[in-house]
Amino acid sequence: MSFPERGLIGIRALRREDIELILRTARSMKDISKRDVKKVPALRGKTVANLFFEPSTRTRTSFELAAKRLSADVVNFSPSGSSMAKGELMLDTVKNILAMNVDALVIRAKPEGACEFISQHVDVPVINAGDGMHEHPTQALLDALTMEEQFGTLDGLKVLIVGDILHSRVARSNIYLLKNFDIEIRVCGPPTLIPRGIESMGVKVFYHLQEALEGVNVIMMLRIQMERMQGGHFPSIHEYSKFWGLTAEILDRHAPPDAVVMHPGPLNRGVEITPDVADGARSVILYQVENGVAVRMAVLYLVVGGGR
Amino acid sequence: MTAIVLKKGRVIDPSQHLDTERTVIIRDGRISGIYPPGDEPPVEEDVLEFNVDGLVVCPGFIDLHVHLRDPGEEWKEDIASGTLAAARGGFTTVVAMPNTIPPNDTPQVTAYIVRRAREVGHVRVVPAGRIVRADGTALSPFGEMVEAGACAFTDDGSWTSDAQLMERAMEYAKAFGVPLLSHPEEPALSCGGQINEGQMSLLLGLKGIPSQAEEVAVFRDIKLAELTGGHLHLQHISTKGSVELVKLAKEKGMKNITCEVTPHHFSLTEEAVEGFNTSAKVKPPLRTEDDRQALLLGLRDGTIDCIATDHAPHSELEKKREFNEAAFGISGLETALPLSLNLVRNGHISLSRLVELLSVNPARIISSRGGTLKPGAPADVTVFDPDLEWEVTPEALASRGKNTPFLGKKLRGRVVITIVEGRIVHSVLKV
Ligand SMILES: [Zn+2]
Repeated sequence: MSFPERGLIGIRALRREDIELILRTARSMKDISKRDVKKVPALRGKTVANLFFEPSTRTRTSFELAAKRLSADVVNFSPSGSSMAKGELMLDTVKNILAMNVDALVIRAKPEGACEFISQHVDVPVINAGDGMHEHPTQALLDALTMEEQFGTLDGLKVLIVGDILHSRVARSNIYLLKNFDIEIRVCGPPTLIPRGIESMGVKVFYHLQEALEGVNVIMMLRIQMERMQGGHFPSIHEYSKFWGLTAEILDRHAPPDAVVMHPGPLNRGVEITPDVADGARSVILYQVENGVAVRMAVLYLVVGGGR
Repeated sequence: MTAIVLKKGRVIDPSQHLDTERTVIIRDGRISGIYPPGDEPPVEEDVLEFNVDGLVVCPGFIDLHVHLRDPGEEWKEDIASGTLAAARGGFTTVVAMPNTIPPNDTPQVTAYIVRRAREVGHVRVVPAGRIVRADGTALSPFGEMVEAGACAFTDDGSWTSDAQLMERAMEYAKAFGVPLLSHPEEPALSCGGQINEGQMSLLLGLKGIPSQAEEVAVFRDIKLAELTGGHLHLQHISTKGSVELVKLAKEKGMKNITCEVTPHHFSLTEEAVEGFNTSAKVKPPLRTEDDRQALLLGLRDGTIDCIATDHAPHSELEKKREFNEAAFGISGLETALPLSLNLVRNGHISLSRLVELLSVNPARIISSRGGTLKPGAPADVTVFDPDLEWEVTPEALASRGKNTPFLGKKLRGRVVITIVEGRIVHSVLKV
């Protein structure tokens, strides 16, 4: 059993046709979101549980909205750090929720493999809303939908991901997804934040942003976490943004005029991206947010039942 | 005391260059004699006679690396269950690691383990004490602990990262003729790591532990052994680089360096953690095929002195959970023989070399009187069927730790009789 029966644990296990099915479904879901009455009865009578063991208002809201637009009932569960002290409690919590007869679990958790672990111990589908440094599949799907909208097709694109590649589930899921297409994938950042041997995943590594920007269609800026400084990954925010931050000047000088800028959010304005770029004409960041709802509707629709 | 006759087995004893059909007679807890079939002297007293035709008879296996979890974590294992697992696996002597609760850094804890093993143990247990006292920066009382029965010292579970203390420990241990067992892992490079740094850490997003975290520790320890002349035994080396460093040291003539490798490291690679499989989560982590090949070469060419299991039993509480939260360790006593026999079947080593790796050499490292079937030696004997196939199931394992990546697999080779000092501690054979 794999997608969609078991849910969506990661992009790695998907085939190109699975990805295309989700994107196709997402495009039709977008139409719903543009109607006056933004609701279809596809999942009426179904219950989706959002379990966010790690706080994330944005992703949780996006999933909640997606489920509601399909007429599913939604329960949100965001245990605080103190009540969720240790690992086996996570599975207990999940089993408690399941005893209330829910039809699917949307899970965000800190440990890598948490969704895989939980899905091995429950018999409802699990949708991964981000597990540690492992995967964030719906983010990669919404990114792909956004790229496809901008350029008409994914094949033939050059995509650059900039920032903390080492700790990024977004980067990993994106790489898994884009590899299914004829896409040149580039990563750029300080060498301390790029995993050794990543070339084996079929990506090109750059340390200099200016060079990396040559000829790209898509520039995906990742959020840089301030804690990384303590680990010695880079000396200061100032130095980071000087060498790997995206400014309008660098963008205009080094990237092709039709290149678009993406960011999974939340933004550190002035660190990895300057406000004029984030809010500028090439930014498709708000389209990403909009597409997030559509992609999550598509995944829920395919996984929870309507799609089968 | 009843005599035991093991009739017509294939007796393999590298300590006396023996690999031939012989009958072994055991009396009063000692090897009485080894005879060509037909030439056996009559046995007057009560006798237990086993026909071991077609089976291998060899000196009992000795495992230099076992976590018995007793005292302190008896839900994982205790001296009774751990030594029963050892007996089933053909081990007649096990070295008990000191990371218990409380840790074995006093003669009192050493004495407890020795006494408890005498009361409920199935095989001989020799404790290893901690090098550095758990509560501070001083050495454990090596002398008193050796008097209480300790055979070696180790900070296993972590590395003795203070180079000065390790240097003093190597010097001081010389007075008592005991080796220091080092778990080579530079914590600054491995901290937070879950699996090998490589393909799988890239794919799964788990923090990796680079080979170099082990190799820099191996290198420092070799240098300290060079400085002090103390006996350094490197535990569970897992990388090609570590094998190369040990080989180089031995080529330079350093006789005071020995090392071990575990069956899981020479049998599996990092791919075993696919799907976040916690039963393959272990320290040092399972490495690459390249590393595994280097271990096989080291086992063949003599760079590696012995096979030790690093038997690390855990309960479901520690293993059935998210990968990052799961404990490191593999339950290994009962699968060591069949996995080692794969080395013979795949042409890497001879059966005689296998007995050297599992018995003769570990005996030498801790100066045990075992590791030989010479007349007069303690009758620690293992008899095994190299071809008997069995399935690794939770029920088949005597250990409380069912945490093995080989669960559900069929393995070939099984111990049929284990004898400790003339006592049959495990037998599936009829008299
Ligand atoms: Zn160890």
